[in-house]
Parts: sequence; structure tokens; C-alpha cells
Amino acid sequence: MEVVSGGVSLQQYLILSSVLFSIGVYGVLARRNAVMILMSVELMLNAVSINFVAFAVYTAPTLFIGIIFAIFVITVAAAEVGLALAIILRVFRNRGTANVDEISTLKW
Amino acid sequence: MTQFFFDIMAVIVIGGALGVVLVRNIVYAALFLIMSLMGVAGVYILLSVEFLALVQVLIYGGAVTVLILFALMLTRVKDLKENLDSDQRPLAAVAALALLGAFAAMFNQTDWPRDIDQLTVVPFETIGTALFSRWAVPFEVASGVLLVALVGAIVLAMEERGEG
Repeated sequence: MEVVSGGVSLQQYLILSSVLFSIGVYGVLARRNAVMILMSVELMLNAVSINFVAFAVYTAPTLFIGIIFAIFVITVAAAEVGLALAIILRVFRNRGTANVDEISTLKW
Repeated sequence: MTQFFFDIMAVIVIGGALGVVLVRNIVYAALFLIMSLMGVAGVYILLSVEFLALVQVLIYGGAVTVLILFALMLTRVKDLKENLDSDQRPLAAVAALALLGAFAAMFNQTDWPRDIDQLTVVPFETIGTALFSRWAVPFEVASGVLLVALVGAIVLAMEERGEG
């Protein structure tokens, strides 16, 4: 494994990923369509993956657990998207809407 | 040079993400999501992890966004002009900015562990070998998770015939 000059410092990747994560949080809280919320969750997952990989190649290169973990994050994200979209489809078929603030039967 | 490409990728990622959360048309939002995720693939290349960049393009660019577009198509309501944002928008903006401020404060207060301008190139085959030796059990569990999730998705989305 060769060590090269990154050209960009670790902090810049961390800033990028934290901005991306914050945008995802805004999307989850501000959107009302369930599919849009799912898309914002994808943004947050990607921000976390950037963080894992950046830390792995910059600070713990012999273990590279971060890279392995990013692979698992992508796998679980794929599973999550498939399941969540099936649930949204089911809810849409039963209730005629995919807006989360209209699906309030369980709300006290 | 790397800085230049990093800036381009950052603009693509952040611009696409802002498009996802701000744009009014839901299909445009999905297309912005593709743009943002491809920018993330570029970031992986800058981090010299080409394997993850390929996986990102295949899974997010190919599979996930197609699934999302399918869901948009199947759950479409009659008028596309309906309001996509809930009333708690200002509150959401405050929460997101507060989170960003917390991250910024954290960066300022951290002592970074070592010389952090140097990155290590982890070759393709090292990742593959590790994935199938040291991480073999988690790898198999992940494949089990995928299988169960996809079967579950099919069962959930299936039309029920003859039952009510």
C-alpha cells in the first residue's frame, strides 16, 4: 500500500460530508412525501459513507475497516430502499396517499 | 489539481442534494438525487477507492434511483402541483443549521491524530481478500439481509387475490 499526498486535507472531506448530512436532515424534516423522505435518507447515508472512507484512507490505512463498513452501508441501504418502497406502495394502495402527515391513524 | 476536482465534486454533491430537498417537481428531485450520488462516486475516486466508486455507480445510479422512480410512478396522485413540503419547514431549517453548527464546533475543537495530508492507496485486491477472509461472516450475513429484504419487499408489494 503506497502513501501518496492527498492534495486535499481530511477536514475538507469531513466538511463536505457534514454539509451533505445536514441537507439530508433538512429534507427528512421538511418534506411530506414518503418517497422524498427516503431520498433524503439516502443523502444522509452517503454522507456517512464519505466520512467512513475518508477516515479509513487518511488515518487507519492498515485496517481499512472504514471501506469495508462503507460496503455494508451500501448493502443495507439497498435493502432498506427495497423494503421501504414496498411499504410505501402498500400504504398508498390502502390510503390513497403517500404523504406522511396524512397517515396519522396511530397518532394520539 | 486534486483541490480543483474536489471543488467540482463538492459543488455537484451539494448542488444535487440541495436540488433534492428544495425543488418543487418530484421527478426532478429524483434526477437531482442521481447527480448528487454520482458526485459522491467522484469523491470516492478522489479518495482513491475505485472499487467503492464502481459500486456506487452500479447500485445507486443503476438500482436505487430506478426503484425510486418506479415508486414515484406508482404512487403518483392526480395533480403534481400539490405542496411537497410540510408546515414545519422553518423548524427543519433551524434544526439542520444547528446540526451543522455543532459539526463545525466539533471540527474546531478536535486535535487531529497525525499528518492528515497523506492518504494511503488501498488496492482493489486487498479489499477483496479482506472481504472474503477476515470479514467473511459479516459478508454472508449482509447477503442474507439482502435476500430477506428483497423477498419481504416482493411479499409486501404483491397484490392479494381473493382475500378481501
